[in-house]
Amino acid sequence: MIKQVSVFLENKKGRLSEALEILHKNDINLRSLTIAETTDYGILRLIPNKPEQAAEKLKEAGFVVNQTKVLAIEVNDSPGSMLTVIKGLSMSDIDIEYSYCCLPVHEHKVVIILKVSDSEKAIELLRQSSCAKLIEAEAFA
Amino acid sequence: MYWNKRIETMSRDELMYIQNERLQKMLRRIYHNVPFYRSQFQSVDLAPEDITEISDLSKLPFTTKQDLRDSYPYGLFAAPLSEIVRIHASSGTTGKPTVVGYTREDISNWAELCARAFVAAGADSNSVVQVSYGYGLFTGGLGIHYGAEKLGASVIPMSGGNTERQIMLMKDFHSTLLACTPSYAIYLAEAIEQYGIDPGEIKLKSGIFGAEPWSENMRKKIEERLHISAHDIYGLSEIMGPGVAIECQCKNGMHIWEDHFLPEIIDPNTLEPLPYGAPGELVFTTLTKEGIPVLRYRTRDLSVLHKEVCECGRTHVRMERVSGRSDDMLIIRGVNVFPSQIESVLMEFGNVEPHYLLIVTREGTLDNLEIQIELSEELFSDRISNLEELERKIKQKIHSVLQISAKIRLVEPKSIPRSEGKAKRVIDKRNLQGE
Repeated sequence: MIKQVSVFLENKKGRLSEALEILHKNDINLRSLTIAETTDYGILRLIPNKPEQAAEKLKEAGFVVNQTKVLAIEVNDSPGSMLTVIKGLSMSDIDIEYSYCCLPVHEHKVVIILKVSDSEKAIELLRQSSCAKLIEAEAFA
Repeated sequence: MYWNKRIETMSRDELMYIQNERLQKMLRRIYHNVPFYRSQFQSVDLAPEDITEISDLSKLPFTTKQDLRDSYPYGLFAAPLSEIVRIHASSGTTGKPTVVGYTREDISNWAELCARAFVAAGADSNSVVQVSYGYGLFTGGLGIHYGAEKLGASVIPMSGGNTERQIMLMKDFHSTLLACTPSYAIYLAEAIEQYGIDPGEIKLKSGIFGAEPWSENMRKKIEERLHISAHDIYGLSEIMGPGVAIECQCKNGMHIWEDHFLPEIIDPNTLEPLPYGAPGELVFTTLTKEGIPVLRYRTRDLSVLHKEVCECGRTHVRMERVSGRSDDMLIIRGVNVFPSQIESVLMEFGNVEPHYLLIVTREGTLDNLEIQIELSEELFSDRISNLEELERKIKQKIHSVLQISAKIRLVEPKSIPRSEGKAKRVIDKRNLQGE
């Protein structure tokens, strides 16, 4: 499991850059960034190399932040590899709450971030899988 | 045209004589029948006999809405329940409602004053009065109803809502006078246009509108669209209900029926009485009420009093259109809203010290309330659906407490401006005075 830092952002000019500025100042690197948005606000989801520090610095600057554990899995950079993983989870009744891509760790591989309804069950399943490999936090540090 | 010419046009001296006499009687009544008032007199070391003229009244303490709430339900009644024939209650938005009771005599006086209001607004016994105020605990419907009956008009007790039916009956029954809130009047006018009804089929001549703040501009709109003369009516259940004051054909302020109510204007900060012509908070002392007389009741409504005799010949003092409130109460779509109510709802959602801002706007004729809430860490989630669920729950709870629908908007911490001391909780963009 790896830590995702989520930040509440109002749809206001300059808010995203303010958040990123704070990370930059503290020498925090990002492996992934995605925004889930509504008309009034968005949730910025980050996979930083130093999640604890990122959360702390953003909080200090007045942002509403939370940390969530998500799964990071590595699959082949080839058609159908993601499908196999999702199918497997689905057959075991594990729901996917959201998912997005992340910078790769190894060549010819892709890292996918998954937030699922039952992480423990998903981990167990993925450990047995031949086409997906779980990535631990150290890989991003 | 008057309902009671002798009283409506009597000289100021004669009016003051009547007021003084009635005041003495009223003060004795509350002193002897209501423990709360007795202790109010005692708190300033006075007895009813010490108040010998109207100007002495300012020596006595005020009564507030909180006093009425604290006396829930019957604590301030000055008549036994055997003499009370009707009970009304305010919307009671913060916990307990405020309860008022009327004796047979009170109901009869109320009808008399509403009859005067109808005539001032151009009605007579040939009128067909459509009462589209809510009937029930709210004083609007029944208060107006009895006045119209006393006048001898034909009363259609429609109550609020059911617009299509309202318009059908208005057309078929040849209603000549409409009584409702000003915003509903506009809504009806729009609906009539939408249904493509020939204006000639609507026989309305005038309307009396109240129970919520409105502007001159709205009057113009109502008058143009419904082809009527629109009259402002003022009242509050603590004093009586609708009919405390009414606009005559001159539309130069509302006549307060001074043979039944003694108005004062005070400075809401110093609480000192202000002279005629000065803007301040309206305070009423009832002169004839038996069920629940009130002494120097602070309405929180801001207005100005004028005592010059009106062109219509009525001598009773005129109050200007209510320009605002001296507390933070908002009236949104006819519902009383206190920021503290919103605050207590937000506290239920785990916000220990909620920071919020109420933004009221008016789109066309409808009031809109947006509640901005600073999101706290406890309430934050990495999932949009959870935040949307939170918004939905807050919206639902606000609706169940206030009976109005609000748009909930989550904002970042510290994005709502803080000022020294009291937080600014309300931005009212309706511009009711200036529009």
